Amino acid sequence: MSALDLWRERHRALAPQLPGAGLPWLARLRARALERFADEGWPTSRQEDWRHTSLAFLEQSELVAANAGDAAAAVERLRAASPDGHWLVFVGDRFAPALSAIGALPAGVTLMPLADALATEADTVEAAFGRAEDGDSPQALNAAFFTDGALLRLTRGVALEAPVHLVFLPGGEAHGRHLRNLIVADAGAAATVVEHYLPGADGSTLTTAITRIEAGPDARIDHLKLQEEAEGAIHLAGIEARQARGARFASHSLSFGAKLARNDIRTRFDGEGCEALLNGLYHVDGRRHVDHHTLIEHASPRGTSHEFYRGLLDGAGRGVFRGRIIVAQDAQRSDAMQRCDNLLLSRQAEADARPELEIYADDVKCAHGATVGQLDEDSLFYLRARGLDEPHARQLLTYAFAAEALARIGLEPLRARARSALLARLPGGELLEALA
Amino acid sequence: MIKIHNLHATVDGKAILNGLDLEVADGEVHAIMGPNGSGKSTLAQVLAGRETFEVTEGSVDWDGTDLLALPAEERARAGLFLAFQYPVEIPGVSNAYFLKAAVNAIRRHRGLPEYDAMDFLARVKTEMKAVDMKEEFLYRSVNEGFSGGEKKRNEVLQMALLEPKLAVLDETDSGLDIDALKVVAEGVNRLRSPERSMIVITHYQRLLDYIVPDKVHVLSQGRIVRSGGRELALELEEHGYGWIETQPAAPAAQGGRP
Ligand SMILES: Nc1ncnc2c1ncn2[C@@H]1O[C@H](COP(=O)(O)OP(=O)(O)OP(=O)(O)O)[C@@H](O)[C@H]1O
Ligand SMILES: [Mg+2]
Repeated sequence: MSALDLWRERHRALAPQLPGAGLPWLARLRARALERFADEGWPTSRQEDWRHTSLAFLEQSELVAANAGDAAAAVERLRAASPDGHWLVFVGDRFAPALSAIGALPAGVTLMPLADALATEADTVEAAFGRAEDGDSPQALNAAFFTDGALLRLTRGVALEAPVHLVFLPGGEAHGRHLRNLIVADAGAAATVVEHYLPGADGSTLTTAITRIEAGPDARIDHLKLQEEAEGAIHLAGIEARQARGARFASHSLSFGAKLARNDIRTRFDGEGCEALLNGLYHVDGRRHVDHHTLIEHASPRGTSHEFYRGLLDGAGRGVFRGRIIVAQDAQRSDAMQRCDNLLLSRQAEADARPELEIYADDVKCAHGATVGQLDEDSLFYLRARGLDEPHARQLLTYAFAAEALARIGLEPLRARARSALLARLPGGELLEALA
Repeated sequence: MIKIHNLHATVDGKAILNGLDLEVADGEVHAIMGPNGSGKSTLAQVLAGRETFEVTEGSVDWDGTDLLALPAEERARAGLFLAFQYPVEIPGVSNAYFLKAAVNAIRRHRGLPEYDAMDFLARVKTEMKAVDMKEEFLYRSVNEGFSGGEKKRNEVLQMALLEPKLAVLDETDSGLDIDALKVVAEGVNRLRSPERSMIVITHYQRLLDYIVPDKVHVLSQGRIVRSGGRELALELEEHGYGWIETQPAAPAAQGGRP
């Protein structure tokens, strides 16, 4: 039996227990998505978008169940450092109420596990869910199998002051966890949402995670994703945003863990005067692999997008970045700027950075650049000439390179969380704690 | 006491220092002048331990140790300080962190207790006042966006904090307004002491009105071609470097060429 047949079989067995099983629209969508996945199979390097990141190996590989470890302690550590917020914790493929603390919500805010929302807010979920045809085949797999995630819905003009923390611990199911988060902000609403994927015990666990964001007119959504999965993990994720007139969207994607991590991050300006910030930082070592594919569609006039990605590539690790920006013909006075800078920390490490601008409008301001380099010799010497030993000087400059990405994270507790996650990855991190 | 003997250095196979001799006794301040491209910064960088330059011949004895055998960081910890002609900008590293790391590296080496955050702040604020630097410069990234003069002040601040035994100042006066020049000169003069020696590289005799040198040397094509007292600087100012060639060879220039 092929792996694809296995997925079919699994679906047959699971379908009756999957959340929303009684909803005809969802049952149809899941069935179509499954067929699509079975049809297309895992993406391979023959596909342009997966040229550097083939998933063909998943056809063969056995998935191993993971163990969350001491989930309560892990959550406690996070909460101690960011006291404010609304906490939804997921272990494996399910919401963990005992570890969560959603807290009081202002009027006009709905925040709940997606599995529950399918029972009480099915219309909202249906409207925001997306289609079986969206994205590449892993996204279809996600639609077919998703079990949980979060729904955040903000009605007109509501600003959620404290961040929403979605914490995902591995655990349970051997066939992986498939999570979907839906964020819907009506006109003028605002929120900050953190998606944090923590490591558990090791194992070749598979995660697919799709987050869909709809930002209404003049709404503001700040999204921070921190991926710290265990070394053997496969993490396949998509963040898809739609922005109405004047909406602001910020995506910070920090990818530090997993054996293979792929993030597809997209946004589209459906109305005039939108703003987007796509900020990214990734670190790989060993034989690990990280891939970001981003797409910003300036589909309307007077939009501004700023995109900054930075990569730290150590060991025999590989970092892939492909950043597409499309400026439609009538998207006049668009301002798009994109940079991707990579730091190679070893001879075997590899970086592929590819900006792609497709500009069909004539009155636009666009700039892009990609670099792959090593630590600056002049800076290293300057530090050594002040008595810092060479390893310390290297660590300091490596951190400094990454710090630029951290500095763009607006909220201090979140920035601090990202910083300690980064320092935990870098050699000599303890030495650099005082950097803040 | 530092004794540089017959120093030859190349970069990418190109000879830059061609048999340079120089001795600076403890407590002395020597000025080095010379045309652009004559090798002044190369000498400074070679002393500080920059590996880009290859020393092909000669020796540097510093109080009985072979200076050239030490890596840059050990030279710094042993008390050698180079004020860079072009201080490097390091975005993402706060000046405070940088200064504290540098001071503590040196204190550790000297067997002194490391400064904690409080002690360090107290100390650095005092030194900053002396070089007329605002506290905000502590919290900015190292030299990033500093004006030319601010970078030079930051170098002098580092020198004051690190209390070197041998300081090499590479054109620390270039690009400074007259007030800044005085600040820098005061910084240097405050550090003058019988144990400390200094090599001051400059293009302007003006600096030597404030920092009175024990000796002045002229570097040309990688060698010291003339040495004298401070009046040599005045003569150079008046006649230019061309004048040297019309003069009988100075003792330092003899027998240096291979
Ligand atoms: N890394 C290098 N690669 C090639 N040539 C170099 C390098 N560094 C220095 N040089 C050359 O060595 C010579 C001496 O340079 P150096 O910087 O020591 O001069 P300088 O006396 O300090 O000049 P200035 O007064 O302009 O500062 C110059 O011709 C310079 O171009
Ligand atoms: Mg020079």
